[in-house]
Amino acid sequence: MATVVDSSNPKSNFPIQYRELNYLNCSKGWKSWFFTLDHKRIGIMYLIGVTCSFFLGGIFAVLLRTELLSPSKVLMGPDAYNQMFTLHGAIMTFLVIIPGVPAAIGNIILPVMLGAKDVAFPRMNLGSFYLWMFGAAFFLAAIVLGGLDTGWTFYTPYSITTSTAVITALLGVFILGFSSIFTGLNFIVTIHTMRPPGMTWFKMPLFLWALYATALIQILATPVLGITGLLLVVERAFHIGIFDPTLGGDPVLFQHFFWFYSHPAVYVMILPAMGVISEVIAVHSRKHIFGYRFIAYSSIAIAVFGFLVWGHHMFVSGQSRMVAVIFSAITFSVSIPSAIKVFNWLTTMYKGSIRFTTAMCYGLAFIFIFSIGGLTGLFLATLATDVHLHDTYFVVAHFHYVMMGSSLVGLFAAIHHWWPKISGKMFNEFWGRIACLGVFLGFNLTFFPQFILGTRGMPRRYYTYLPEFQGLHIMSTMGAYLLGLSSALMAGVLIYSVYRGKKAPANPWGGASLEWQCSSPPPHNNFDHPPLAGDPYVMESVVYNEEVGGFVPVECQGDNKESVTASGDKEV
Amino acid sequence: MKLFIPNLLANGEAGFWFPSQGSTVAESVDSVYFFILYVCTFFFVLIVGLMVLFMIKYRHRPGVEAEKTVTHNLTLELSWSVIPTLLTIVMFWIGFTSYLDMRTPPASSYEIDVVAKKWSWAFKYPNGWIESELHIPKGEDVTLTMASDDVIHSLWIPAFRTKMDVVPGRYTQEWFNATKAGTYPLMCAEYCGQKHSEMVTNVVVHETRGDFDKWLQVASDIHKNKTPVEAGEYFYKSRGCIQCHSLDGVPKNGPSFKELFGKERKFTDGTSTIADANYIRQSILEPQSKIVDGFRPIMPTFKGQLTDQDISAIIAFIKSQK
Repeated sequence: MATVVDSSNPKSNFPIQYRELNYLNCSKGWKSWFFTLDHKRIGIMYLIGVTCSFFLGGIFAVLLRTELLSPSKVLMGPDAYNQMFTLHGAIMTFLVIIPGVPAAIGNIILPVMLGAKDVAFPRMNLGSFYLWMFGAAFFLAAIVLGGLDTGWTFYTPYSITTSTAVITALLGVFILGFSSIFTGLNFIVTIHTMRPPGMTWFKMPLFLWALYATALIQILATPVLGITGLLLVVERAFHIGIFDPTLGGDPVLFQHFFWFYSHPAVYVMILPAMGVISEVIAVHSRKHIFGYRFIAYSSIAIAVFGFLVWGHHMFVSGQSRMVAVIFSAITFSVSIPSAIKVFNWLTTMYKGSIRFTTAMCYGLAFIFIFSIGGLTGLFLATLATDVHLHDTYFVVAHFHYVMMGSSLVGLFAAIHHWWPKISGKMFNEFWGRIACLGVFLGFNLTFFPQFILGTRGMPRRYYTYLPEFQGLHIMSTMGAYLLGLSSALMAGVLIYSVYRGKKAPANPWGGASLEWQCSSPPPHNNFDHPPLAGDPYVMESVVYNEEVGGFVPVECQGDNKESVTASGDKEV
Repeated sequence: MKLFIPNLLANGEAGFWFPSQGSTVAESVDSVYFFILYVCTFFFVLIVGLMVLFMIKYRHRPGVEAEKTVTHNLTLELSWSVIPTLLTIVMFWIGFTSYLDMRTPPASSYEIDVVAKKWSWAFKYPNGWIESELHIPKGEDVTLTMASDDVIHSLWIPAFRTKMDVVPGRYTQEWFNATKAGTYPLMCAEYCGQKHSEMVTNVVVHETRGDFDKWLQVASDIHKNKTPVEAGEYFYKSRGCIQCHSLDGVPKNGPSFKELFGKERKFTDGTSTIADANYIRQSILEPQSKIVDGFRPIMPTFKGQLTDQDISAIIAFIKSQK
């Protein structure tokens, strides 16, 4: 048990309030959760929903990889296989990665990081959670009503002709889109209007910059997906002739519409994770982030460029050569801001005091995996090599390195970094790190062989394959098993901590941003009075305190009364 | 565009990364690939190397605080923005020029029409012969003009490093010049449903044009190579009978061939006859002479397009549809 500080304690002048009432126990009963307007409780419900979806999608992945142990039938026939890879992709994309960091972690942390009581529109926030639940229910309905076998991309005319539950799934996507738009809108308004005194745009933590850039994409790109989905529903139901070539429609038009959303959506997945990593690397290295402005600008640059590159999914679709060349050129522009971020993170570690906490281990794994994911994107942006690699396992490996390896590892880093804040409990660091190592090794063992499979000639979405590819497929499947077990271990470690974990101090890692100034878990309204915001990366403003078992502001350390001024807005 | 970048692991032959190079563009695609691979490997080693170095050197030690360092440095930040930019411009350029080579069909080339459908390929040679495998001569430019009967497919020959979607409602083209005789896999790369992964066939590259011509002549001499029923089936599929006459008993534009032979046919003019060889022959050559009750007179004549031997084969095929 950590020391509970009460009024009789000589160090009771901490602004950190240790209190028995927090957002988790301030009210009880299912109604207090289902009708809550507290952003933290809504975030927790998102986190539970996302976690369940992750394990459902993960079970599909494990079954798929098991089937691919051999070119002949292992578990299921081709129809079941096609439905399973579709649902794996659709669930992981729409129900896990897109809402993962922004809706779950963002909802919990964003207002606390801003020193605000809540988001700008708490009712809309609850509404967007129920839209998410509703959309997810449509996906589950699609599974029950004959599955879905189009691939998560719904390419026409296949999606018009297949007998599976395309309309149900598309309605699910449509509803999820609204959830995403509302969350984005809420975050933008919150960041614009609810920053506390002293927090200028360039004193805002980088995670908030990342969420801001993400929200811009969400509200600008998602409507296109919604409309495209509706057009496809109309096409299937009434045979209008928008995408169906037999009715005079154009199947390539669908691809343009689809990727106009779905490419920016890739940045909805990765930008928040990058924001997380900026926080994690700085805090656990006890260093001021290097090149703050470049990282902030690069988030916005990625969001803007992300809108201009969708055609790189269509280099072999029959679009004109001129268009392909233009899209190839613009695509390279996205790689630059990503590279800038990686170098900034490395430089932040320079001369730091690096603690290998579980969150930091995920942060380091992120840099490793994201480097591979980002660099292999260059092969696909380059026209000549993309023609060979398009629609192969090379692409599968690349986007798993970015979407799963980076976005999800970013989510894992976020969960571990903010877990003490969210749950008020410390998890077991030893087992946390073991799970992290397992995720890292399992992930690389699963997906690295797929780069080789792809260049050697293994197309994606294949139920069976040429016998020469079996060895690499077996490696990949073994990796998937390890990855699955490690993810389960991670979840176990965290859930165990809720019941048996040590009570968390307000600031266990020594972060300087505002969320570490309120107690863990935060009280219902986060702060008693609006905190004063300074530079969120001046790690010297907090020092370790044995008694508390965590970090406390310098001015609260009895001996350091004279250094009060060092805490706030001092430029470094 | 050819770059002289060595592939450390293989040269021309099947290597660690690629299947063997089978076309004129393969070498330039591979060299672009290896250029990017070396640049990426350099940066990956740099990034992970620095990361590991910092992890070891600056790990937390009790009592040692993080050292205060500058929080930004414009020169450094600009340099790691500009150098990658320049490298990506090089990558774009070499990828672009190679791409133009592989996407510009030569003015005169051997042309083969391709029809993709769930889940097979049909390659139609200039003499009208249709085969499910692609045969081509070595050292000659070959252009495929591709169409799809149903959904989007994509024709990929890994050894040739070339791929193009086959989109219903439009023609797409793909060309190559094979450099080595042999047999290579050809597959569908765009997901197209249940048997997507079985839409795999072979490309057979013949050593000389003479070999290829001889193969085509032998292959297309259908009555020598096939039984009459097989030959009849080939005509049924390749001459369009399949569009209007089903084999499963369901009438389309014309009557189904199932259990047709030997049955009585009633015509629109009230007469009737037994469907025998003479009736079928007459229906093929003079389709408007006897219209089966319930159908429209829309079948075209095949007079002059099918020999008597061809028609006998079709009769044998219809006879076999029990």
